[in-house]
Amino acid sequence: MKILVPVKRVVDANVKIRVKPDGTGIDFANVKMAMNPFDEISVEEALRIKEAGLATEVVVVSIGPDKAAETLRTGLAMGADRGILVKTDARIEPLAVAKLLKAVIAAEEPGLVILGKQAIDDDSNQTGQMLAALLGWPQATFASKIVLTDGGATVSREIDGGSETIALKLPAIVTTDLRLNEPRYASLPNIMKAKKKPLDETTPEALGVDVTPRLTVLGTVEPAGRTGGIKVASAAELVAKLKEAGAI
Amino acid sequence: MTTLIIAEHDDHSLNEATAKTLTAAKALGAPVDILVAGLHCRAVAEQAAQLDGVAKVLLADDEELAHRRAEPVAALIVSLADGYDAIVAPATASGKNVLPRVAALLDVMQVSEITKVISPTVFERPIYAGNAIETVESHDPKRVITVRIAAFPATGTGGNAPIETVGVPTDTGLSSWISADLSTSDRPELAGARIVVSGGRALGSAEKFNEVIAPLADQLKAAIGASRAAVDAGYAGNDLQVGQTGKVIAPDLYVAVGISGAIQHLAGMKDSKIIVAINKDPDAPIFQVADYGLVDDLFSAVPAFIAALKG
Repeated sequence: MKILVPVKRVVDANVKIRVKPDGTGIDFANVKMAMNPFDEISVEEALRIKEAGLATEVVVVSIGPDKAAETLRTGLAMGADRGILVKTDARIEPLAVAKLLKAVIAAEEPGLVILGKQAIDDDSNQTGQMLAALLGWPQATFASKIVLTDGGATVSREIDGGSETIALKLPAIVTTDLRLNEPRYASLPNIMKAKKKPLDETTPEALGVDVTPRLTVLGTVEPAGRTGGIKVASAAELVAKLKEAGAI
Repeated sequence: MTTLIIAEHDDHSLNEATAKTLTAAKALGAPVDILVAGLHCRAVAEQAAQLDGVAKVLLADDEELAHRRAEPVAALIVSLADGYDAIVAPATASGKNVLPRVAALLDVMQVSEITKVISPTVFERPIYAGNAIETVESHDPKRVITVRIAAFPATGTGGNAPIETVGVPTDTGLSSWISADLSTSDRPELAGARIVVSGGRALGSAEKFNEVIAPLADQLKAAIGASRAAVDAGYAGNDLQVGQTGKVIAPDLYVAVGISGAIQHLAGMKDSKIIVAINKDPDAPIFQVADYGLVDDLFSAVPAFIAALKG
């Protein structure tokens, strides 16, 4: 069985982003980019399944500009076998990503697709569910444990108030939560080896997918800042202040 | 036309997330129906019917809807979609699981976790862990929306809407439910609590977490939360995590104990009305958002806080 892992190039999770003063978006100048943290977890899980002898190939796919190839190389350095870049400079929404992935899946025929539960830039949490819908496949979102069984998968999911376990028929879509695993670091030799692994390129046009956005971004602003607080000297003063403010 | 809300519930009682979603849905300006999908859940439909200003409650009571698996629930919503131009759910684990599946089946983009309704097609939503607010306009024929419940007050009761039973499409059997492991607690629910006491990595162990945080939460009648570091270290359950990847809350009072204040954590609590931070590091980022900061060792400061609260 082949596992397909979509990965996204996003602003590094530790960067404090800046909103452009003219309200047109986020300032990406000289900002460090990285693989979306949830996608690292997806790659790791796919590799572990392959290492357990339950998958034959792990293919990473990314949609974005030329530089998204770097993100694919990161996945290859972790241990993925092959990369596919769907090259576009357009703003691509989750629905369009799901349609592009559906087209890639038609050619690749994976038995399992593992995505991150959300990207830390647009915070949408949609692509995996949308892809499952378009394919007519079952979905297990927010996975904290994946066990492959004969022709199926048993997945524990993080839900409000605890967790639940569901069974899926394969092929299926799984989206990863933070608790699923601890992603490995790529070693230097593996980073070197990754440069030689195959990386195919295609485009939305070649895949026959209309990626016209359905949402128009009218503006992007900084959230209202909090007014500066005070430091109190003791617990007694803290309680007095909270009583004064009517909080307790 | 009309707006359809997907109710959040556990087959026995209606979750307050539904009443908050109703407030957002009413801002769209159209009549609002509520769909209650589950098994043996008529009592929930009766509670939904009492919410103020609901036009109609649709009750889908069926074996296949037990545990609200995404595949049958999405199929049900799509079967009802013709009558609606907006489909709205709270951005709970369940809403986030089901609604994008609905959106894709209808070939529309979902607008995730709105915090404000500007017009029936224009919404505000946070991006980049709440470090930017985006205003988006939908050009789709139908709007599919999830609502950040911490951003809207709950609609009150006083209504008496009719309850109508709806049929359920045949399930395709792609998935099945096996078991659930839910944490039981007598404390207020984290998502809706008026006061939340959260602990971080500085607590040092699960025992210390309980020893220090629980008495303070008891004294304040507060829900307990945790930072990701505390959850990853095993001090608290996953479902208590506050942050970008956990729950986003906005209580009246948020007490952060031994939490440094990483941006991912702030994303989950920075809209709280009053934030208190107790941390021995005076440079911890949490103090930049805290209304009241106490620089002290938490192991002495929290007992002193409890003593002062007892007066």
